[in-house]
Amino acid sequence: MTPPIVSADIAVVGAGPAGLAAAVAAAESGATVVLVDAGAQPGGQFWRHRPETVVPVPDGQGHHGWKSYLDLRARFDAARHQGLITYLPGLQVWMAQQNQPAQGDDAGFTLRTTPTVAEAASDRSAAGARTVVARRLVLCTGGYDRQLPVPGWDLPGVMAAGGIQAFIKANGILPGKRFVIAGTGPFLLPVAANIAEAGGKVLAVLESSSPTTWLPHLRAAAGVPEKALEGAEYAAVFARHRIPYRTRSIVTEVLGSGSLGADHASGVRTAKVDADGSVRPGTERVYEDVDVVGFGWGFTPQMELPLSFGVETRLDTDGSLVGVVDERQQSSVPGLYLAGEVTGVGGATLAVLEGLAAGTAAAGGSALPQKTAASEKTTARHRRFAEAMHRAHPVPPAWQDWLTPETTVCRCEEVTAGEITEARESLGARDARSLKSFTRAGMGWCQGRVCGFASACLGAGPGASPTAESLSSAAKRPLAAPVGIGELAALDADYEDPTNSLLKGDRA
Amino acid sequence: MNQGSDVLVIGAGVIGAATAYFAARQGLSVTVIDKGLPASGTSSACEGNILVSDKELGPELELTRYSLGVWHQDLGEHKKLWEFESKGGIIVASRESSLASLNRVMAVQTGYGVAVEELDQDALREAEPHISREALGGASYSEDCQVQPMLVAAHLVRLATEAGARFLADTPVTGFLRSGSSSSGSSRSGSSSSGSAANGGRVTGVKTPRGDFFADAVVNCTGTWAGELAALAGVSVPVLPRRGFVMVTEPLPPMVHHKVYAAEYIDNVGSSDAGLQGSPVVEGTPSGTILIGSTRERVGFDRTVSTDALSLLARNSTALFPFLKHVKAIRHYHGFRPYCPDHLPVIGHDERAPGLWHAAGHEGAGIGLSAGTGKLLAQALLGQTPDLDLSPFAPARFGELPASEPAHHSTSPQSAEHREEATA
Ligand SMILES: Cc1cc2nc3c(=O)[nH]c(=O)nc-3n(C[C@H](O)[C@H](O)[C@H](O)COP(=O)(O)OP(=O)(O)OC[C@H]3O[C@@H](n4cnc5c(N)ncnc54)[C@H](O)[C@@H]3O)c2cc1C
Ligand SMILES: Cc1cc2nc3c(=O)[nH]c(=O)nc-3n(C[C@H](O)[C@H](O)[C@H](O)COP(=O)(O)OP(=O)(O)OC[C@H]3O[C@@H](n4cnc5c(N)ncnc54)[C@H](O)[C@@H]3O)c2cc1C
Repeated sequence: MTPPIVSADIAVVGAGPAGLAAAVAAAESGATVVLVDAGAQPGGQFWRHRPETVVPVPDGQGHHGWKSYLDLRARFDAARHQGLITYLPGLQVWMAQQNQPAQGDDAGFTLRTTPTVAEAASDRSAAGARTVVARRLVLCTGGYDRQLPVPGWDLPGVMAAGGIQAFIKANGILPGKRFVIAGTGPFLLPVAANIAEAGGKVLAVLESSSPTTWLPHLRAAAGVPEKALEGAEYAAVFARHRIPYRTRSIVTEVLGSGSLGADHASGVRTAKVDADGSVRPGTERVYEDVDVVGFGWGFTPQMELPLSFGVETRLDTDGSLVGVVDERQQSSVPGLYLAGEVTGVGGATLAVLEGLAAGTAAAGGSALPQKTAASEKTTARHRRFAEAMHRAHPVPPAWQDWLTPETTVCRCEEVTAGEITEARESLGARDARSLKSFTRAGMGWCQGRVCGFASACLGAGPGASPTAESLSSAAKRPLAAPVGIGELAALDADYEDPTNSLLKGDRA
Repeated sequence: MNQGSDVLVIGAGVIGAATAYFAARQGLSVTVIDKGLPASGTSSACEGNILVSDKELGPELELTRYSLGVWHQDLGEHKKLWEFESKGGIIVASRESSLASLNRVMAVQTGYGVAVEELDQDALREAEPHISREALGGASYSEDCQVQPMLVAAHLVRLATEAGARFLADTPVTGFLRSGSSSSGSSRSGSSSSGSAANGGRVTGVKTPRGDFFADAVVNCTGTWAGELAALAGVSVPVLPRRGFVMVTEPLPPMVHHKVYAAEYIDNVGSSDAGLQGSPVVEGTPSGTILIGSTRERVGFDRTVSTDALSLLARNSTALFPFLKHVKAIRHYHGFRPYCPDHLPVIGHDERAPGLWHAAGHEGAGIGLSAGTGKLLAQALLGQTPDLDLSPFAPARFGELPASEPAHHSTSPQSAEHREEATA
């Protein structure tokens, strides 16, 4: 049985700031919209909140831009009420394809979905997987924390900084008691603040950069007043909870303990670093009694769906592979729009602005969004801020020196840094793809989502940064999400698949 | 300037890598060039089965068995480098009719010395506890084994360089150098307008953006590109692509212990039918993932992902192993098998363009056949009589290049496009 088909003018993937905004803008322009999201309720990464079944009216505590969420949410609910938006939560898109142009150029797109593990386990009377067909597609798939390996990072108790925040936002409780947060970027601050406000002890926030590198960019940053405001708030939270914020500092090793060898994180070894990330000898110190270590090295945009269409990409200032879009958020593939982190990591406010532009443009009016000039200015300011932020918080070029040959790089396949060096030096591996071929790095359950960036760096060699091609080979995932083989087997063989006309008829 | 070598190998897939390895070990001076890295073509988009069980009687089976010997003896010392595993294959019959044909095949194979053992229902269940209850019986092939193909290609190239060969990555061949005439042009129109290109004298080397490379013998090991390369030398080697999808599951505890195929697989392999075919080949890997291979269809170099193909793989594999219904696929990939119309590879010297040799078109068996192909070709290059008669694989069996070029040349893949995801 092929999953029931839902059609609309526009399909949006992702219900984070960008996707919600895109769906709302498209519906308000009169289009019908299907919004598919893996989450159980709207909000995405940034506005993740406790189940509305448990807390029906969330107060937005621990959230920024909550007013903006409430505004979008009200418009979203209204459009659903009018029947303009069909909302499909709990579904992951595992494949997105362009339909074969049968008549005209508006052949459109088809999305294949599968229930998330949580959805499948829930008692909601959800109808299960759907197939979505739409004329235009807006991809707002967001991003996730970028990770760099370090000795001991494969111990239980080590989490992505964003993972800790998501845990708190979704469950209202902490994943541990005593935390160290490390990496780079302003996003470490809200994570630490969330932990402290929820009653956890943050022993330190370790930032590999130095605020003095931030100063030259203040002019650009100051253009975004709410960012300065946020900064002041965090400073207050840090002072109130006595959270030490140490710059030019990194975790060099996660220490483990356990009755049968190291089976969970119990401390960290830290050091001071130079501007390029080289460890300064004699600066080591140890934090003990740590049960959760959170790392965040910026973000990796979730690019598999855009890449599956072969969209034009570029390397952003932070070294991420992102989609190229025009001023209306349209990608190099006609009819395919991108908004949010997939066009460049820039925070929730920018994601909303891009989503609004994409939704309006996809809804087809040549009419640009209202108040264009004003919103274009705001967008430009936020982009400048994002760029300044990326420049101030680079991945330190010398980070590969922190590894020992025994350090695990790919946790799923247990590939070590030593094996990777060997493949590079004796077999000629030089990018994420050849490393995958020769070492299996990135071939496991997470399909390189965690180690892809690091692996691309290690392929390029010490001190070098990866090419767009290498990052693209690390980010291509022919299945954008795991899908049940039983579900695949049940796809109806007789169903006239609009994407597959090639397989019918003669091909000899 | 580049000094010449005895042998210049074009292509560092498994076939070119094995050829270079054996030639270098025989003391020949060898240069290997590839437009990318080792294993950037089909050899990184396949499975690593070395199968005796599915081969047609005749030259293919002989080459397979010879190659198997080379894997074990000549290359035995390196087994660990490419994760060589003698895990054995099992063919399963789920219908009375297929059981009957399987029994016939077994009888014939036994006559040819293939090690095959009949499995009744109980024995089958003991060997593969999770096999479908519908399975009636099977055949066990203890000689079937497997390797990790990307590691084979990469390590054979490395070992060849340690034996004195030279390897150049990122060096596409764009034309051939010919004695007598000034070198034939790098474009096809150039070579056809010069008229005598097809018989333009001995092939003495190749042209690349990084300069000309001279050699006494030039070996075309370019897999699905082999026809395109041959055409540059004015000869016809009709190698065509046959697409195959493979699906990979989430990692699991060991559930499938051998390479398990359905009896229909044997019928499928030798077929030229363009339609989508797939009989399941299910096997566990050391990392816990299960590989479900593979479809066969002739759609040129089309890279569009086919949900029909994935669905077919899912239906066929769950029929063999029902537990797979509740398992998730985490990825899939596809590659293009290089095949000739008569389903035999092209191995040997091309009399139509003296100095040019080919080793290509190994279809769905190139990994298994690479070791034997490389060793036999090295013997021939040295002027020795090869251990196995190569005449069934002679390139000239396809006659002259037709006046107009085979259509598929124009749709040949762009390098970046053709590069395939690495495989599990
Ligand atoms: C720790 C942390 C702290 C942050 N702090 C701040 C801050 O203080 N200020 C700020 O401005 N920004 C902050 N951000 C960044 C902010 O979260 C992002 O900028 C914002 O969420 C981007 O919005 P988005 O809509 O692009 O993506 P997201 O919010 O990530 O939403 C993407 C959605 O798409 C869904 N999705 C993805 N792939 C699929 C698929 N295949 N099928 C179905 N659904 C899919 C996801 O489930 C998700 O719901 C922070 C992020 C993190 C992780
Ligand atoms: C899905 C699938 C499953 C398979 N399973 C198996 C199996 O289980 N067992 C088995 O034995 N076989 C299997 N095969 C078949 C096997 O993969 C092929 O037969 C084999 O890889 C062919 O190797 P090759 O070296 O001839 O070609 P390739 O690996 O394609 O190598 C050709 C090389 O030539 C290079 N090249 C091309 N043009 C140029 C140029 N102009 N200049 C320089 N270099 C050039 C390319 O970059 C490439 O590296 C499978 C194939 C597929 C698609």
